[in-house]
Amino acid sequence: MSAIITAQNLEKIYIRGSEKIVAVDKVSLSLEEGEFVSFVGPSGSGKTTLLHLLGCLDNPTSGSLSIGDISVFADNKSISEQKLTKIRRNNFGYIFQKFYLIPTLTVKENILLPYAFYKNPSANTTAEELAERLGLSHRLSHLPKELSGGEMQRVAIARALINKPNILLADEPTGNLDSKRSMEIAAILSELNREDGITIILVTHNPALAEVANTTVHLQDGKVIG
Amino acid sequence: MPSITGIAYKNLRRKRIRSILTIFGIALSTWVLVSLFGFNRGYEASLNNDIDNLGFQVLLTAKGCPYEAATLMLQGSKSLRYMPETVLDSLNQNAAVDKITPMLMQTVFDVNKGEEGGMVGYLGIDPETYPSMKPYLTFSSGAWFTDRDAKEAVLGYEVAELEQREVGDLMLIPEKEVEVTVVGIMKRSGTQDDGTIFMPYKALQTIFGVENQLTSVGIKVKQDVDINAYEEQLYSIPDVQVVSMAQVKNTISNLVSTAKVMVMSIAIIAILIAMVGVMNTILMSVLERYQEIGIMKSMGATTFHIFRLIWFETVILCALGGIIGSLFSIVMASLTETLIRYILPYAPSGALIRIDFMLAIKSIGIITIIGLLSGIYPAYRAAKIKPIEAIRSSEGEL
Repeated sequence: MSAIITAQNLEKIYIRGSEKIVAVDKVSLSLEEGEFVSFVGPSGSGKTTLLHLLGCLDNPTSGSLSIGDISVFADNKSISEQKLTKIRRNNFGYIFQKFYLIPTLTVKENILLPYAFYKNPSANTTAEELAERLGLSHRLSHLPKELSGGEMQRVAIARALINKPNILLADEPTGNLDSKRSMEIAAILSELNREDGITIILVTHNPALAEVANTTVHLQDGKVIG
Repeated sequence: MPSITGIAYKNLRRKRIRSILTIFGIALSTWVLVSLFGFNRGYEASLNNDIDNLGFQVLLTAKGCPYEAATLMLQGSKSLRYMPETVLDSLNQNAAVDKITPMLMQTVFDVNKGEEGGMVGYLGIDPETYPSMKPYLTFSSGAWFTDRDAKEAVLGYEVAELEQREVGDLMLIPEKEVEVTVVGIMKRSGTQDDGTIFMPYKALQTIFGVENQLTSVGIKVKQDVDINAYEEQLYSIPDVQVVSMAQVKNTISNLVSTAKVMVMSIAIIAILIAMVGVMNTILMSVLERYQEIGIMKSMGATTFHIFRLIWFETVILCALGGIIGSLFSIVMASLTETLIRYILPYAPSGALIRIDFMLAIKSIGIITIIGLLSGIYPAYRAAKIKPIEAIRSSEGEL
């Protein structure tokens, strides 16, 4: 198996007034295709920031990052915003704690949101298949406000999968759900990794959810401690 | 499949009251814009119409001949100078000429006028060409002469009142001892024609013994002709002087220009109000959807996609506001006209506001372009949102 994400001495520093905050402190890691990794650690340990850096949502301060064969950040320079957009579109699916569904669009339209910008004739069928798989078929014409929290997160998962990504980034996906719904989401992620071979990086506070992953990376003060 | 247009439309529906108020604001601005443009056209056309009603724009007289009735009355017939009737032929040949009308002025001393007697003036005119030059002259009774040689007279309103004349009366021309029949009496026109006794110029030539002679020729030039240049050409005719209405027209044109500047200033203010309204609404909408836009970008929407999305919202608002405002301005045109007439110290006769389909379309176009311009900044702000900033602003985490 080949490395799908390679990070070397990845560092993210924020300057707030005279204070220097090291959110990610020289992290090096390599993720293989099909891995399921969870980042765990206390609040402020830098797990979400690291996830954002690996998902090309944010630029590191220093270090290097490659997605597959493409060098995204090296020698303190990032590739262009246009290229980053393309990488995000072709490789990543994102799931957030707050779902971020568009309240004016139906479930189906939310799932198909990425294709409002790029046409794909087969996307409609893919959306229906995903809805079926995630138990949302009967909800396709509903608005997000008519859904439960668990359903909303399943819609967000379907939206993250519509572009058939090879990497799925999930940031506290069960943070807004009760334990029963959390386990449903955990089962879905596990299935996606096992059956579809999607590489998953999961950030969570939830020990039960973290156990679903094959590998657990512990972070503290921006450093990988185990 | 969602589309950028669909997302834009649905978002405007999300904040329905705000969108309706913005559309209403744009509609009001469009109403002002269309009405002002319509007023600009109507006012100018009505003024031009009023100028046309002055009759001829150029008066050609024999050199040294007084052309004002008042001067003639003071100086008497001794001061009259003549030009040959053949001048009409050379005038007719000029391409700039629309219409010409020959005139012959004659005066006599009437011992019965007032206590000590006074001058009476007769204006010999051509019944075939003169009435069309002065379309505002209408009859309270009777009509124009039967032919060019008829010994008939048409009296201006004031003359008929003063002399207590009616149609069918016989009038004696003093000194000449010739009787003419009154065939028509004019309504009041508010011009010096009210004090004029009109007669056929051929008859007047015979009565006064000035055959084939004229004192003046009224000339109406074609539209878009440079009157000043034409006047210069007229000076090539020997022994004539040119009295021009160009100065009058210039004064009125200046009035129109001033009105236009005023109207355009108000239109610009209306446009600015619309622009600020649209910019405010869209900017609010962008800031409220900071996270949504960030998420769209994380899913592959480019800067250009987001720019388009926000621009569509602006276009929808402006196009709807423009259409409603244009329809409103057409429906309310007569009310707007009444309002403007009430405000203006002087308004010409005729329709003051002229709105047609093309003007409405043009105004909708202008409003939409203005909307597009005012949407640039909010769209730029939206397009510049970075996904991570949007997510971080929501989660407050490092």
